[in-house]
Amino acid sequence: MNGPAIAATGLRRTFGPIVAVEGLTLSIDRGEVFGMLGPNGSGKTTTIRMLCGLLAPSAGTATVDGVDVTADPELVRRRIGYMSQRFGLYDDLTVGENLRFYAGIYGLRGEEREARLAELVAELGFGERVRQLAGTLSGGWKQRLALACATSHRPRVLFLDEPTAGVDPAARRRFWALIYEFSQRGITILVTTHYMDEAARCGRLAFLSRGHLIAVGTADEVREQFGQPTIEDVFIELQRRDEGAVA
Amino acid sequence: MSLFARLRASPVWPMLWKEFIQMRRDRLTLGMMVGIPAIQLLLFGYAIQTEVRHLPTVVLDESRTSESRALVDAMRNTGNFDIIGAVPDRTALDAAMHSGRARAALVIPPDFMSDLRRGRTAVAQMIVDAADPLASNSAMSGAALAAAARARVIAARGGAAEPRLEVRVRPWYNPGLRSAVYIVPGIIGVLLSITMILVTSLAIVRERERGTLEQLIVTPIDKTSLMLGKLVPFVLVGYIQMSVILLLGRLLFHVPFRGSVVALYAITLTFIVASLGLGLFISTMVRTQTQSIQLGFFLMLPNILLSGFMFPREAMPALAQWIGLALPLTHYLTILRGIILKGVGIEHLWPQVLVLAGLAVLFLTLSVRRFSKRVA
Repeated sequence: MNGPAIAATGLRRTFGPIVAVEGLTLSIDRGEVFGMLGPNGSGKTTTIRMLCGLLAPSAGTATVDGVDVTADPELVRRRIGYMSQRFGLYDDLTVGENLRFYAGIYGLRGEEREARLAELVAELGFGERVRQLAGTLSGGWKQRLALACATSHRPRVLFLDEPTAGVDPAARRRFWALIYEFSQRGITILVTTHYMDEAARCGRLAFLSRGHLIAVGTADEVREQFGQPTIEDVFIELQRRDEGAVA
Repeated sequence: MSLFARLRASPVWPMLWKEFIQMRRDRLTLGMMVGIPAIQLLLFGYAIQTEVRHLPTVVLDESRTSESRALVDAMRNTGNFDIIGAVPDRTALDAAMHSGRARAALVIPPDFMSDLRRGRTAVAQMIVDAADPLASNSAMSGAALAAAARARVIAARGGAAEPRLEVRVRPWYNPGLRSAVYIVPGIIGVLLSITMILVTSLAIVRERERGTLEQLIVTPIDKTSLMLGKLVPFVLVGYIQMSVILLLGRLLFHVPFRGSVVALYAITLTFIVASLGLGLFISTMVRTQTQSIQLGFFLMLPNILLSGFMFPREAMPALAQWIGLALPLTHYLTILRGIILKGVGIEHLWPQVLVLAGLAVLFLTLSVRRFSKRVA
């Protein structure tokens, strides 16, 4: 399939008098690992939610895997995987049951489902943990399970909203190894993060500030654009400008 | 895709599977859902006494004389009976009583006046719906009062000292006048409405609070499957609760079951679905489990006080009666008592069944409309 994996034009979302996202135009290629950065409240989550069909845009258009998110949100949902910082796991179900449930919701049945479940368990190395209640897993394993649940239907685009919040560094490293694997298989990944080392792992970055997209490019391009030595400095500079605007 | 293949691929199956596993794991809630019926049954098994006036009453006047009309007036003057009309024969009287339209019926035999004239004891009959012992108590005292009043008048006129007029009370449906018989079927209704409304609204709001609802919304699951998956397990819980109460009521309080079990279980579905629909509707309005519980309790009070569960609705002011009519429980109580105590079937209860079915459709439609697959 040709065309960008994600394309947004003039995307806007308001909550009453508050403008959460304003005039966002963006194009992400297939197989990209695309990072979205910005201070809290800059509109990252709102943007992802609009692209997933969780929120209706107030204005503008967006397509994901070539499908218009406002016209056919249900088709979009079949093609994407979504994982938020809240993971969306059932604590009172086991690892295996969580996987089986989400695979079932995505329409996998019978042998096809069993094969896919076995594959996911092996790929993510759950082993004996399959029979463990999800609520008793450590943060890192919960995160892996959430990723497995969000990808049981082999989505073409993966949205990760602060997927590594509250997870230890070793687990974060393993998580990123998985993300690269997905990317190599041609899956497009849009990830938001507050961790600068993670930002550095992304192919391209977008910076959001008060609902506006203010920079897009590789880490080097963004640093040069703002004249800062590191991505972290860019981030802090942005936050400073935000706070200046508020005060 | 064939219909079978489409049915098999429906997300309602994994949804149901998940709900049943979660229900099984939540031992405390599960235990409460079965334990509460038993506890409530014991708590409410005791009598609750109130005074009841204005029982809707029909008259079967086979005498059609000045004396019979005078007796009807005397009954009306006690304030315990509202004469809502005359019935032409026994069949019509039975129908009025079975349907619950009349709670009492005065039968005056053809020879009532001639008996009085000849100095024989004239006997009239007051049939009372004793399924509600409170109502029948007041009916009995009212009937005795009216008969005594008439007797005095007649005696004064005829110069004789001894009263020659007698009104015999026939308590129908619950001859022993045991309040447990009246209360137990009601407990089924009260308990079902509490559990169905509260548990449903909690089940959805819990998913919202834990963030799993957001995750579900980004999947291709449709609204109907999502809601069906949530509701169907509770229908089963409702039937289990009802069975527990019926069984214990029989064993502990010797409550009879006069009607058709099949009819009761079938008709109960309309009430369960109406209550689940209301719970679902609540869940679309609230954000947290706490709010959900608060609203649930807010609804519980009118359900207990105004539905006729504890206090006969005839004793209430008009406004309270009107509010009662809007509650699904009020109509279901008529059905429960009708089938269990009076042994009547759908032929007398269809108006209530229709109301419940209407409420079920209304609540479900409203909920599906309000529940949007968006987060804000």
